[in-house]
Amino acid sequence: MSEVKKIATRESYGNALKELGAIHPEIVAFDADLADSTKTGMFRREFPDRHFNCGIAEANMMAVAAGAATMGLVPFASSFAMFASGRAYEQIRNSIGYPRLNVKICASHAGISVGEDGASHQCCEDFALMRSIPGMVVMCPADDVEARAMVKAAYAYNGPVYIRLGRSPVPVFEHRPDYSFTIGKGEVLVEGDDVAIIATGLMVYEAMEAAKLLAEQGVHARVINMATIKPLDEELVLKAARECGRIVTCEEHSIVGGLGEAVCTTIAEAGLACRLKRIGVNDVFGHSGPAAALLKEFGLSAEHITEVVLSL
Amino acid sequence: MTASEKKQLAINACKVRMGIIEGTHAAKSGHPGGSMSAADLFTYLYFKELNVDPANPKMPERDRFVLSKGHTAPGLYAALALRGFFPWEDLKTLRHIDSYLQGHPNMDMVPGVDMSTGSLGQGISVAAGMALAARVQGNPCRVYTLLGDGEIEEGEVWEALMFAHHYKLDNLCVIIDNNGLQIDGPIDQVMSPYPIAEKLVAFGFETAEIDGHSFDHMEAAFAKARETKGRPFAIVMKTTKGKGVSFMEDQVGWHGKGPNDAEYEQAMAELNQKLAELEAM
Repeated sequence: MSEVKKIATRESYGNALKELGAIHPEIVAFDADLADSTKTGMFRREFPDRHFNCGIAEANMMAVAAGAATMGLVPFASSFAMFASGRAYEQIRNSIGYPRLNVKICASHAGISVGEDGASHQCCEDFALMRSIPGMVVMCPADDVEARAMVKAAYAYNGPVYIRLGRSPVPVFEHRPDYSFTIGKGEVLVEGDDVAIIATGLMVYEAMEAAKLLAEQGVHARVINMATIKPLDEELVLKAARECGRIVTCEEHSIVGGLGEAVCTTIAEAGLACRLKRIGVNDVFGHSGPAAALLKEFGLSAEHITEVVLSL
Repeated sequence: MTASEKKQLAINACKVRMGIIEGTHAAKSGHPGGSMSAADLFTYLYFKELNVDPANPKMPERDRFVLSKGHTAPGLYAALALRGFFPWEDLKTLRHIDSYLQGHPNMDMVPGVDMSTGSLGQGISVAAGMALAARVQGNPCRVYTLLGDGEIEEGEVWEALMFAHHYKLDNLCVIIDNNGLQIDGPIDQVMSPYPIAEKLVAFGFETAEIDGHSFDHMEAAFAKARETKGRPFAIVMKTTKGKGVSFMEDQVGWHGKGPNDAEYEQAMAELNQKLAELEAM
């Protein structure tokens, strides 16, 4: 395999936030003692007067960000996904979601690929939690190009947004010169009509690799990058169900409450007959280990996607 | 403060209490006890302290008020209505299915409400965020927030206090309504937050302890709050829950229920008598 350039999406976030900060003085950043890890530290180095460390107090941080938003600032609040979406869930629900405040929650270290820190830090529930809040936009980028575009789109959008970012470097594959990102729109990366693989985050690259393996066996898989989990691009999902008749969803998240369930609901309510399988973390906790080994162990790999597709 | 100013505040506070009774009676629910204990404060804030304009409720440089103890919305609504933010008659729609006067304050629906609250412990964090933002923006406004004494059992309150001190938010004034009662009983029996003022001092606040039914005390404390530079200010006000209606005073049972018709008649009779006495002064 040729060498692929890899960048962690948290790094992409740091770069995009720094760029946005130079143009928009109303952007402020909040962090909870993880600025070097979430990469808001990159913004802090450029704009120390607009970066506020809240200490290890995520609940307060989210509501502080809400207060800043009522004044017309555009706060980006960051922590690890576990503590942003989990610890501060109710602050996000009541003080950001309910009043529809313009806060951008950018949560890093999501999923099993956190690696060595183990289950306490491997948040596989954030899609489920954030999707349940009315009006919350929930997104997860697949690579550096998409992550940077997504952060800028989140700024341009007026309302609460949750962006899920990863710790581990992931391959950069988006090189189209006409690339653009739209909230709520999925994209077909590989054309095919035998099966549709709908993936999000780092699973998108795995899905594309799986499509190559499947092609060798004469199976033409459509690969859809579903970067926006909510609002879901239902049209694209239904089109895939109609045209392919078989769907596999892939996410580095619990199979409970994430992309897979959103896709299932969409297809079931449309009354379409479709064979479907969800690939994700199977309602279990993770454990310590190198990210790559964990992803393989939990079936979050091109090889496993290929097996599932062939068995469907 | 002149005698006539003080008289007018007392009259307004009596009317705010009537508004609380009207609302919670019409709603057949709601929280009169903590609304009544804070009625004098609501009155002082909206008729003396806050720089607000009912004709321009979104004025960027207005002072902000966050009702962290959001369940006492009936008191806030009565003060806002009396100040002219919306019609007094609407208080009778409190908690009704087609009303904008939600059980807990909603900033998108009610003119004059600066933040949606109700889940205890969050309002003070929001207020701290507003105060920080005002500094970033060079906005000269001040930010006030009112908490219940039971509310400060929430851990987030102490995160917010730490934050306010760390960022030297001298444009923030935290007020704690120490009426001594929460739903399950006296606060020192449920989960004592005492000593309150000492804890605030330890968290770096300049602090005043006042009688929460004295406008003179409020005037002195808020003046001191405005003069305090380099750190945030907290006022612990001793109050009587249900203040102003004899059968509600200091009764834990009046935390969260509306008066029935007979209780409504008696409460309004007492408040009307009080109002007549004040107006005759």
